[in-house]
Amino acid sequence: MTTMFTPDHEWINIEDHEAAIVGITLHAQDALGDVVFVDLPEVGRSYRQGEAAGVVESVKAAADVKMPVTGEIVEVNEALRADPSLVNKDPMGEGWFFKVHVSDMAEFDRLMDPPGYDALLKSL
Amino acid sequence: MSASTTTELRKTPLHDLHAELGARMVPFAGYAMPVQYPGGILAEHAACRSSAALFDVSHMGQLRLVGDGAAEALETLVPMDIVGLPVGKQRYALFTNAQGGLLDDLMVTRREHDLFVVVNAACKDADTRHLVTHIGHRCTVVPLPDRALLALQGPRAVDALVRHAGGVAALTFMTGAAFSLAGADCFVTRSGYTGEDGFEISVPADQAMALARALLAEPEVSPAGLGARDTLRLEAGLCLYGHDIGETTTPVEAGLSWAIQKVRRPGGARAGGYPGAAAVERQLASAPMVRRVGLTGLERMPVREGATLFDGQGRKAGHVTSGTLAPTLGVPIAMAYVGVEHAAIGHELFAEVRGKRLPMRVTPMPFQPHRYHRG
Repeated sequence: MTTMFTPDHEWINIEDHEAAIVGITLHAQDALGDVVFVDLPEVGRSYRQGEAAGVVESVKAAADVKMPVTGEIVEVNEALRADPSLVNKDPMGEGWFFKVHVSDMAEFDRLMDPPGYDALLKSL
Repeated sequence: MSASTTTELRKTPLHDLHAELGARMVPFAGYAMPVQYPGGILAEHAACRSSAALFDVSHMGQLRLVGDGAAEALETLVPMDIVGLPVGKQRYALFTNAQGGLLDDLMVTRREHDLFVVVNAACKDADTRHLVTHIGHRCTVVPLPDRALLALQGPRAVDALVRHAGGVAALTFMTGAAFSLAGADCFVTRSGYTGEDGFEISVPADQAMALARALLAEPEVSPAGLGARDTLRLEAGLCLYGHDIGETTTPVEAGLSWAIQKVRRPGGARAGGYPGAAAVERQLASAPMVRRVGLTGLERMPVREGATLFDGQGRKAGHVTSGTLAPTLGVPIAMAYVGVEHAAIGHELFAEVRGKRLPMRVTPMPFQPHRYHRG
């Protein structure tokens, strides 16, 4: 499994553990509505698992983008600053937020796998 | 069986239509209301600015005040000229409290046999009690729970509505008249809450669905929810009760002095005589300490209700009461109350959002020019 999920509706793809990609899920962007602004973290800064590393704002609301795992930000998606609607159009692809150098793979392994996340969505 | 612990939300007569259209429903003032349809708030906002949008605002309170003394009686509760309002004309009004604060804002239309009043959903029960308690002995207060209210707003609203009743084209901004629409006896005013030309249509609840379907079948018209209604009114610089105005803000602080006609001001023929008149008159004579202002963000991050404002020296200057990223303008806009020393156009203030201080500039309102049909 290379993509895992958090209960806060972030996803993390870990094909490259030195630059794992993080974004918000299809469900999260749908719940937020039209995204009009993103606040991205600084490259080089480290966050603990669960810490707010970014912010996504729709017309109606603002929500934190939390770190799925502890690690250092190695890249952010600059395209989102110019076109925040990428989060709506392609949340699992072009709408990614940042890349993380993962400190502890055990944290990743304890996240929700796709069937687990589907079960969470069905319970909402 | 166990008793339900949550209060059942009330449904408007268009509830099934909202479901059919795929609306996202939210609780609002005790009602299940559509916040947006599948197209999203930005598309709905744009449709209203460029064509026409249909809003269900049936949660709002509609009332009639009946009797020869109704206008004089209502003037004891609002600092507006109601007695001098001609038949067919509509006026923006404010219920004041003893301190000059605002209990609600409302629309009053003089009709041949009554005053037709529209109040905010969250205030309607309190407003009805207020009217009955204070002027119920001078006129008859008739709530209209069996009527729905639709708002058809946008530069092409008239093109769509005129196909159902040619006469609506003759209405000008803030006037109203009775029309038959889709077989229903409606009362239509040329008014709204978006800054655009448009209409508010009071329709019998059991005929509202047929009328809404008929209007949505017009090529200019698409449905819009409360989300777009909020961004549209904010761009238009219009106050939202409970946010931008309330019991602790006076008409003068709120920048609504224009709504107090000369005849109700000191020196006027029917000056004072409403709750809080002394406080309001004091502020009319000498500027209040705080003022509602418009703010435009110089950076892109939205500034929302509750944000604290600071001046250039880091001293607290006020707080934001409404804010969003303006869909039409593409920049953050907000309404705020600030000390009068910070209220001058062009004055720079800093809004605190998540620990950052974002520069904003005091800006004239409306942010988006009004496009009313003044005839």
